[in-house]
Amino acid sequence: MVSKSRDVRRRLKEKAARKEAQLKTMSDKPSKPKMKWYPTEDKPRKLFLRKKPQKRTKLRASITPGTVLILLSGRFRGRRVIFLKQLASGLLLVTGPFELNGVPLRRVNQRYVIATSTKVDIQSVEIPPVDDSWFKKNKKNKKRSKEELTDTGKSKLPETFVNTQRSIDSQLVPLVKQVPFLKSYLCSRFCLSYGQFPHEMRF
Amino acid sequence: MSKKPSGRLYCKGVVLGYKRSQRNQYPSQTRIKIQGVEDRASTAFYLGKRVAYVYRAKRPRKSVGGKKTKIRVIWGRIIAPHGNRGVVRAKFRNNLPPSSFGKRVRVMLYPSNV
Repeated sequence: MVSKSRDVRRRLKEKAARKEAQLKTMSDKPSKPKMKWYPTEDKPRKLFLRKKPQKRTKLRASITPGTVLILLSGRFRGRRVIFLKQLASGLLLVTGPFELNGVPLRRVNQRYVIATSTKVDIQSVEIPPVDDSWFKKNKKNKKRSKEELTDTGKSKLPETFVNTQRSIDSQLVPLVKQVPFLKSYLCSRFCLSYGQFPHEMRF
Repeated sequence: MSKKPSGRLYCKGVVLGYKRSQRNQYPSQTRIKIQGVEDRASTAFYLGKRVAYVYRAKRPRKSVGGKKTKIRVIWGRIIAPHGNRGVVRAKFRNNLPPSSFGKRVRVMLYPSNV
């Protein structure tokens, strides 16, 4: 390599110098660690929960579709109603029917109900597509327009409620009327009077 | 508000006193006699049922339907039979006051098993 020209040697020298300079600047700025300190607490991580799907409430053996139930608490306590089906939440869908005793389509917990041995054959009845969300009140329409209010100042029921009730009533009432005394039985209220003790009763 | 139901939907019971030994009292449990229940076997129907001690207080405090009333309630549950004569024991959210002894309680029909 003796024959290397002066030019080449100069360029090599320059290159070496540049590299050295580069190294020097790098050593001047020592590479920073990512953090000055380690956190004392762990970062909050989202808790991973494996939620088990809720088991469906077991329906009492004495309650089958068409069973006449006695409501034990709430606005309609003492009323006799017809059980239609169990909803996904485990609550029972019942109705009076409304036309007979004024109990509309309602949800009740089976713990607040006495099942009687009386049953109505409702196999032929087409139960309207009512689920739990059907009962949720529309909260958005809190400021109701005056048209929606009745004369007494109460808000009107939505049309869907009225229509569904009508459709189920029109199917149930003829069935009830077929059975002697069933209509008056559903219209009457249950109550305890003197000398009657529920533990001795056969419902 | 709905029309008040005409009929009674609860059983009548009477507070006998606290659970006790010869010289000590245990006020966290109350003995209750339910009308018409005369033996241990028939208390089975009432176990777990809710009990209400309804009383009138001096000052109206509790509001029912927007109106303050003097009527107050202490709720409880029937927890066990007591002896062989149809008496039951109940636990209340607040222990019943001694002034309730000999007074009426309502034994509700729920939670129902029927």
